[in-house]
Parts: sequence; structure tokens; C-alpha cells
Amino acid sequence: MSQTIATPPTVRLDSDVIGKPINRTEGPAKVSGAAKYAAEFDVTGPLWYGYIVSSPVAKGKITKIHAEEVLAIPGVQRVFSHENVPSLAWFDRAYKDDVAPGGSPFRPLHEPEIMFSQQPVALVVAETFELARYAASVLRIEYDVEKHNTDLESSIDEAFDAPKGKTGFLPPPKPKGDMNKAFAEAPHKVAGEYIHRAQHHNPMEMFATTVDWLGDGKKMKIYDKTQGAPNVQQYIAKIFGLSKDEARIISKYTGGGFGAGLRPQYQVFLAVMAALELEHSIRVVMNRSQMFSMGYRPHTLQKLRLAADDLGHLQAIEHKALAETSQFENETETVVNWSAILYDAPNTNFDYQLTKLDLNTPADMRAPGAATGSFALESAIDELSYKAGKDPLEFRLLNYTYEDPSENKPFTSKRLDDCYHEGAARFGWEKRNPAPRSMRDEKGLLVGWGVAAGCWDASTQKAAAKAVLTADGHLTVSSATNDQGAGTYVIMTQMAAQTLGLPMSQVTFNLGDTDMPAAPVQGGSWTANSVGAAVKNACQEIGKKLLKLAQKIDDSPLAGVDFEDVQFVDGHLRANEDITRSVAIADVLAASGEAKLEADGKAGPNPLNMLKYSMHSHNAAFVEVKVDEDLGTIHVTRVVNAVAAGRIMNPKTARSQVLGGTVWGLSMALMEETYLNKDFGRYVNHNYAEYHIPTNADIHKIDVIFVEEEDDIASSIGVKGVGEIGMLGVAAAIANAVYHATGKRVRELPLTIDKLL
Amino acid sequence: MNSFTLTQATAADEAVRDLTSHDGAAYLGGGTNLVDLMKYNLTRPTHLTSLGLLPLADITSLPDGGLRLGALATNADTAWHPEVEKRYPLLSQTILAGATPQLRNAATNGGNLNQRTRCYYFYDLATPCNKREPGTGCSALTGPNRVCGVLGTSESCIATHPSDMCVALAALEAVVRVQGPDGERTIKFEDYHRLPGDQPEADNTLKAGELVTAIDLPEEGYADHFTYLKLRDRSSYAFALVSVAVGLKMSGQTIEKARFAVGGVAHKPWRDQEAEKMLEGQTASPDLFRKVAAKVFAEAKGYGEGSLHNSFKIELGKRAIVRALKQAVEMEYEVNPNAFLNSNP
Ligand SMILES: Cc1cc2nc3c(=O)[nH]c(=O)nc-3n(C[C@H](O)[C@H](O)[C@H](O)COP(=O)(O)OP(=O)(O)OC[C@H]3O[C@@H](n4cnc5c(N)ncnc54)[C@H](O)[C@@H]3O)c2cc1C
Ligand code: SF4
Repeated sequence: MSQTIATPPTVRLDSDVIGKPINRTEGPAKVSGAAKYAAEFDVTGPLWYGYIVSSPVAKGKITKIHAEEVLAIPGVQRVFSHENVPSLAWFDRAYKDDVAPGGSPFRPLHEPEIMFSQQPVALVVAETFELARYAASVLRIEYDVEKHNTDLESSIDEAFDAPKGKTGFLPPPKPKGDMNKAFAEAPHKVAGEYIHRAQHHNPMEMFATTVDWLGDGKKMKIYDKTQGAPNVQQYIAKIFGLSKDEARIISKYTGGGFGAGLRPQYQVFLAVMAALELEHSIRVVMNRSQMFSMGYRPHTLQKLRLAADDLGHLQAIEHKALAETSQFENETETVVNWSAILYDAPNTNFDYQLTKLDLNTPADMRAPGAATGSFALESAIDELSYKAGKDPLEFRLLNYTYEDPSENKPFTSKRLDDCYHEGAARFGWEKRNPAPRSMRDEKGLLVGWGVAAGCWDASTQKAAAKAVLTADGHLTVSSATNDQGAGTYVIMTQMAAQTLGLPMSQVTFNLGDTDMPAAPVQGGSWTANSVGAAVKNACQEIGKKLLKLAQKIDDSPLAGVDFEDVQFVDGHLRANEDITRSVAIADVLAASGEAKLEADGKAGPNPLNMLKYSMHSHNAAFVEVKVDEDLGTIHVTRVVNAVAAGRIMNPKTARSQVLGGTVWGLSMALMEETYLNKDFGRYVNHNYAEYHIPTNADIHKIDVIFVEEEDDIASSIGVKGVGEIGMLGVAAAIANAVYHATGKRVRELPLTIDKLL
Repeated sequence: MNSFTLTQATAADEAVRDLTSHDGAAYLGGGTNLVDLMKYNLTRPTHLTSLGLLPLADITSLPDGGLRLGALATNADTAWHPEVEKRYPLLSQTILAGATPQLRNAATNGGNLNQRTRCYYFYDLATPCNKREPGTGCSALTGPNRVCGVLGTSESCIATHPSDMCVALAALEAVVRVQGPDGERTIKFEDYHRLPGDQPEADNTLKAGELVTAIDLPEEGYADHFTYLKLRDRSSYAFALVSVAVGLKMSGQTIEKARFAVGGVAHKPWRDQEAEKMLEGQTASPDLFRKVAAKVFAEAKGYGEGSLHNSFKIELGKRAIVRALKQAVEMEYEVNPNAFLNSNP
């Protein structure tokens, strides 16, 4: 693995923990079971359990709830439904969370209307989990069933242009030139329709909330499974009219999120409502089937038309997408724009539409929009390369964009070309026989090699952190960010240690508590960059205080030195010019007599840079597949994933992110699909046995390459984030490799056995 | 509460007596299926007769040269038993193609025979299902039915029996030994599971209260020419879309005796004795295999097109038979042809 990490331009040089493959600081707690997840926290008093009842119908109205039958069971405390939900915030607006799309958010138990199958319709609270579950199972509810529509294909006529309303959503780029004419006249062209159906995130940990009722007014400690405690807090506080003090959200560990935990899920609403009404500690945990009642990657239909001239230069790009959304919100993803960033042509046309169906609102799922769009784009590009008689890699390099054509701005950095070169070298691309069906292995299986690129935003959000240096020399930094397994704990510890030149063992980083300074939800690959910058700034403030105190020492060796000329190394402050002019931090603290030093740090986007530049991470995935043509089986035997994502803070956790992303891409390509039964408007494979994701036996060699980028414009700390980029390109590269192996172009995911028969 | 009583039986007759003396009782083997069914509220036994302590976990040689597999032997112990590995490698391979090591360590042979279908609707109380609630209708006829069958289906149910192990037991012509309130009897494997007809709620021909005590394997184990080919949606931990268990006796290129069964396509492991006969006395050839495969699926009926529906299983099933027969003749594959394992080519 090449891990030449850029020397960060803005961080002091010598302590050297940034860029090192350091183990997760929380690793031992996780593997020993000491790490507690939302459903595992103890509470002060006795705990009651809420079990969620889900609607069996997709559309209609509840006409009767036979709660009395269930309340007669000893130990059952309450049945909550629309009939007795307390009167809450009047306006829809209160239910809007930080990352809500446009529209009117779902309000659990608000009304008798059913808007999607598996909609939560009641919460049964009992003294034990088993009792609550049993009581929920016998609760009789009567419905007036109405005709539903969950069929995207037959509802194309009802499509409308996706409206703005969701933060971060980019409408499709403006058209250029004359698409139809250029397409008609071009010598090489492809047109294809691409499809994938709904996919559900399915993190291992079920959504869960434990409310610790503290018996002090309405004060609660709310342990929630989420990707953003502050987002949950503002949601809960607004709906229930609580102060931040009353609604403290704690989320120390998150057993996977992938976007499912960006928005507050309904179990937190139900748990808090029940706790407030019953003035009692409550735990509510979803079951696996209910994990399919939440947001999902929407079923999307895409149409692409591409054309190139005799030399293989792109002349026309058209990318249209149609996705499903709920009746009440317009979930929008950025699907087609990637075609205008990765490639350029004089004639273009882009379109992104939605259709409303009787389903729950979709949600961001790892690389939302880009995973969808880049699969179609990179499949079509591949197809066109064959038409134009070019090697797929050569074709991509030929049509490489050095500026972002969608906004006519320069990239802050873009080393996708080096990803192509280094990836190809590692993969052995030059040994590829260009003809489809030309390669076989020793057992006679068809072998295919495919490549595809990916692109993701490098964005920064507002974040804050607090640093406390105590007299014993220990630095504690905190921010209400999240770690859904990404490695946030360790990289923030590294950032703090590096900034103040302390050993890792003398630094603690805490997260996931709304008593800490606010941070954005963990998503969009922006945590490392945004929270990292806030942590650095907080530590630098401590550094400034230390320097001042150091200069107060009699005959201070640092007298007259400016902060900019000081370095923090090995527990010392030293003058850059003359490192023998040095004071130990411990001595500064001792001399000062201060019990502790405290400082806050903030970070956020740089609007000027955002106007001037396009900021993106990129990757190139190279894939080998082996196909048993008679049986339609596909095995991905080798992947090289080359990633350019700025500076890599920790190559070990970053590699894990890219490995996981690669597996996600493989999963999307070969397995993931939620089966919708249109007769019932209901997903039917709602469990781990039938919703397939890869097992160890499906995963073979994955090689990760980081191509270093020095980029202190995209982020003040040079970091672009690696949460999403690793999965991009992979699905298309697999489909492209399958084409190379078999001569068959499959445009529908997942590539299950039946598609190759 | 969903409460039940539980008895730990220590002898087969005691187990039968215990079960028949309780209303709404069920036998509990390894519990890997039954407990799931209880959690999904598909079945609510008020009493469980636990079989864990029955002295039926042994695997013993029979005087006629066969092998007796105790009903309480675990799937793992059966697959790894030296006699099974040596004389019935087909069975060993088939068991190991199913589920996961953890499940196989808990699952018993008796439970494996009696596991219920994996049809999505059977598991979802919100949808009609004739097998779960006779007379409510079959949701799989028109809905996604990728897991369902194409052979021997009826308008009331198109479910499949999900077991891998049973596909090999069908090919091996095992005999199921049962003990009931009226004493002991044996059931030929082909008669053990049944087709849905208009009584889809019954998976098999066990009578009320009957306990599976053992599975007897005849002497012939086809140890020289066998294969289990399992096609599924991922390399491990997935039920078969289509699977084929084959045992052949060869003399040179001539097939002397042929037994095979197909899984994932019917309410029971699908054996076609006429198709087997087409192979016997013939020289192995791709043409012959294709004819045999065509015969097996001649009457097949698919329920809808596209990847969510199961018509593709007809073509896939034919190809799987051709490949499996070829593999069994040539015996040219690695130990487990079903998984690429982690060989990192
Ligand atoms: C996630 C998952 C994946 C799986 N994948 C596969 C797979 O790929 N291939 C495969 O073949 N199987 C698979 N299985 C199924 C597994 O093989 C069965 O669950 C197991 O064999 C059942 O055995 P058990 O002893 O646990 O049965 P139990 O759960 O104890 O019982 C199952 C049924 O049999 C009855 N029963 C048990 N013992 C007897 C007896 N001696 N006499 C009469 N009735 C009895 C019980 O009353 C019950 O109705 C999977 C299971 C799970 C949960
Ligand atoms: S196929 Fe059988 S098990 Fe499935 S829904 Fe129909 S009746 Fe039920």
C-alpha cells in the first residue's frame, strides 16, 4: 500500500502522530464489551420497555384500537397511539431536523392515517421486554384499507422536477449546446436505461433509545442510536418543548449508521414521549423487520445517452434520473451532477425527477446519489469506450476534466489521473486483453477486468470543540460528534496530540454527548475535516495560553517569541529558530499554579473558497471478476481501489473505511435489493436471511492505495474525508468487468445469477 | 405473556408421551428454526418437549452395511463424522453447504428434516399465507417469489423445502425412523416430505405426536462419484436458489446407477426416478445430461419474470443438473465446489 502522506502544511511538524496507522483508541472497549450502545445503558430507577407496533397496510386509516384488551394483561403500563398521544408542538416545522428534506416530516402517532406499510401505529409499554413484545403482538387494530400505489415504473407520468429544500442538494446542471443534434450526428454513441430498486442500510445495531428518567423535573438522559446527538436534541427539544438541559442526548458508540442515523428515527420520539407521560425510564428497540420501515436508498430509474467523436472525445452527455419519494417529503439526492463533474462535452442535458408513492421517505445511504449516478455514468462511459475502440482506462484519461465543468471552477486538487495510473500499475491493467470474452482462468472460468471512477464532495460543516489541559498534563478534548465506526475517536485524539505535541497516552477525546460543543451529524464525509479543524483550533488556543504562561516564568527561554514561531513537540514548547529555547508543558503548568486551562475551537466552511473552487475527492476502482457462464455466478476475485482524498490522517482507519466502502460497492453490485410486493405495498425480505449482503466467503483480495493530495484550500487541515468515496466506482467496475468477461452488458442491479442466464 | 412450559425428556417414548399429553406442544431440537418461529409469533406452543437429553445423538453402523444417524446428532457432528465423510461424502458436503458453523453446531438432524419454508410471506404475519393460515390465500403467486418453487406447486402454495441436507438424503434414498403414540415405523425419504396440493399447512407425512428418532442410510454411498452443487445469492449463509445432489456408480464411462435430487425448486427435495433411469446403462455425455435435465423440468411452471420472480429457476435448474452430473462423473473439482472459499486467486 502506498501511504506517502503529505506533510501537512498547517500543522506543526514534529510530533508525528498524524498520518500514522494508529489503532483505534476505543478498540479495546469495543472488543471487550465495555463499550455501551444505546440499548445497553443502565438507568437509575426501574426500567420499562416499549415495543413498537407497525402497520400491516400501506395506506388507509386506523378505525379502532383494542387497547383495553392489552391493558388488562398484568404488567402492561400503557398503550400509546394517535388516540392518546399527548398534544405536542403544533407546527410541522418543529419536526424538521437538521438534515430533513423538503416537505412535511412524518409525525409518529400523530393521526390515524397510514402513509406507508410498517408505519409505527402504537407503542406498548410494559414492565419487561418480553411482556411488551407479547402484548404488542396481540394488540388488535382495525384499519380502513385504501388503495395504495408503490409502483415507480407505472407512475412515471406523475414525475415532477425535484424541488430544492434539502441542504446540500444540487439541482441538475444547466444544459449546454444541442444534445439531440450532437447525439444524432456523432459517430460513436450509447444509450441505456439503468435501474436499481430500494436498498436498506441495515447497520448491525438496531435503532434503540434508553431514556433515563432522572426524577428531577423533566430532566432525562437520552441514550440514542444516532449519527448526530445534537440533531436529535434539537428535534426532541422542539417537539416536546424541552430545554437542552432536560433533553440531554448521549451516543457514545454507534453500531453502524451508513446514513440511517442521520435523521432522528421514530423510536427516540416514542421513547421520550413515553418517558414524559409515564415519568419513568423507558427503553425502545426496533426489531430487524422494523429496520426496513425507515429510510432507504430509493428505487431509481436512469437514462443515459453519451456520444463521442472519431478521436474518442465526448461530444454529448445526457443523464436523467427518476427516483421515488414518499407522499409527504421530497427526499432529493444529487444523482446526475457527477456526470457533469467527471466529464465534459459541448452538448449536455441533465434531469432529475421524483415520483410520490405510498412509501416512507427515502434517506441518504452511503454516497447517496453518487452511488446511484456513478453506476450508470461509469457503465455508459465504459460502453462508449468499446464503441470508440479505446481501452476503457485510456478513454477515461482522454476525457479527463482538469476543471469542474459543472460550475466552471478549478478543483482545489484532483489526482484522479494518478489514481488511474497507480491503480492500473498495481492491478496489472497492461496485461488486459481488450476483447470481451478473451480471458479465462486455469479452470476455464471467464475472467473480466473492469475499471470505473468515483467522485464525492469534500465539504466542511460548522463544528466546535473544547479542550481542557489539566495540571497533571492530561489533555481532554470533546465535541458532540459521532463515531459510527469511522475512527473518529482515534483521529481526533491524533489531531489534539499533534497540535500540542503530547503523546497519545496523555490525550483523551470524548464525543457523542450534547453537553459537549455542537458538531454536525456524521455524514457526507465531513467529520474528519470539520471536527478535526475545530479540535485543532481549540488545542491551538490552549497552546497560546501555554505560551503566555511560559513567558511569565522568570528568564523564560521563550521570552519575546511569537506564537507562530513556537512548536509543540515531545511535551515541550520550543522556538522554531532555536529549539534549545524550550520549556516543558509540565513546567509551565506547575509554574502557573493553574488547575486547568480551557479553550474552545470552532471551524466551518470558507465561503470565499467555496465560490472560487470545486472541492472533491476521487477514486478509481479496478476489479477482476470470474464468471461461470453456464450458471451465472460472479465472483469478485480482486479489487484495487485507488483513492485521492487529500491528506490521510490515519492510514489504518482510512483503509478500513475504504475496505468497507469497497465491500459496500460489491454488495450494491451483486446482492442488495429490498423486494417490494406491490400487491401489499410492503417490503417482504425484511431480515438478514433474505436481504443479502456479502459474507467473508464473498470477499477476496482488496488492495487500497491512497494517492496523496496537498490541499489546504478544500480544508484548513488538508483533509477531504474517506467515508463515502471508497464505495464509488466499485459497482460500475464490477458491471464493466462482467461485460469484459461475458460480452453481456447488464444495466440492472444487483447482478444476481438470473441476469446472466 | 408468551409463556410455555418445558420438559426435558430422557427417552423417546417418554418424549412422545410428554408431547401427546400436552395441548399445543412442540418438540424442541436445536431450536434454530422453532425459536425463530416463536419470536415471529408464527407458532405459539404452550409446551415444549425438549429432546436434548434423548440418547439419540449417536451415529452407528448398521448390520446391513448402512449407517444410522441419530435424530439428535447435530448437523456438524454428522457432517464431520469419519464414517459419513468416508462413505457418504455427498451428505457431508451437502450439510456443510448449508447455514453457518454456529447454526450447524446447534441444529439437529431431526430438526433439519422438519424445518419450515423460508417463503417471505410465511414469516410475515401482515401477509396472507395458506401454509401459515389455511384459506387466507397465497401471497407468493403474484408477489416476489424468488425463494419459491417451480415443480409440483399448487395454486394454494408454491413454497420450497429449504434444507440442503434433505436433498442429499433424497438422493441417498435414506429411510426415516419415527416413533409415535402407536409405536415405531419407517418412512422412505421420498415419502417423508409431501407436495402442497390443497393442504399446504402439512410439510410432511409425520402423524400427530410422531418423533423422528433416526435416519438410516443404505449401504451405497456413491463415494466415488458424487456432487452437491448449490447456487445461491451469496457464497455462504444463504438458502439455495437451486441445488443438485448427485450420486453415481460408474463403470468406465458408463453410468450403472444414478440417483439425484434437486433442491430449492419444490415443496420437497425433487427426485425424478424416470430421469434417473434415463442415465442408467448410458455413456455419460453432455447431450444425455441435457435430455435428463429437460425431462426433470418438463412440467415446471414459473411464477413471473424478472429477478424477483422465479421463472428463471427452470433454466437455472436445468443447467445445474447438467453441471452437477458432469462434476459427479469427472470428480474434478476441489473439496467444496460450492464456494470459492478464500483462496485469493
Ligand atoms: C439464518 C439461517 C440460515 C440457515 N441456512 C440454511 C441453509 O443454507 N441450508 C439449510 O439446509 N438450512 C439452513 N438453515 C436451517 C437450519 O438447517 C435449521 O434451522 C435446522 O436444521 C433446524 O434444526 P433444529 O434442531 O435447530 O430444529 P428446531 O428448530 O429445534 O426444530 C425445527 C422443527 O422440527 C421439529 N423437530 C425437531 N426435532 C424433531 C424430531 N426429532 N422429531 C420431530 N420433529 C422434530 C420442531 O418441533 C420444529 O417444528 C438456516 C437457519 C437459519 C436460522
Ligand atoms: S407459497 Fe406457501 S408459504 Fe408462501 S405464501 Fe404461498 S402459501 Fe404461504
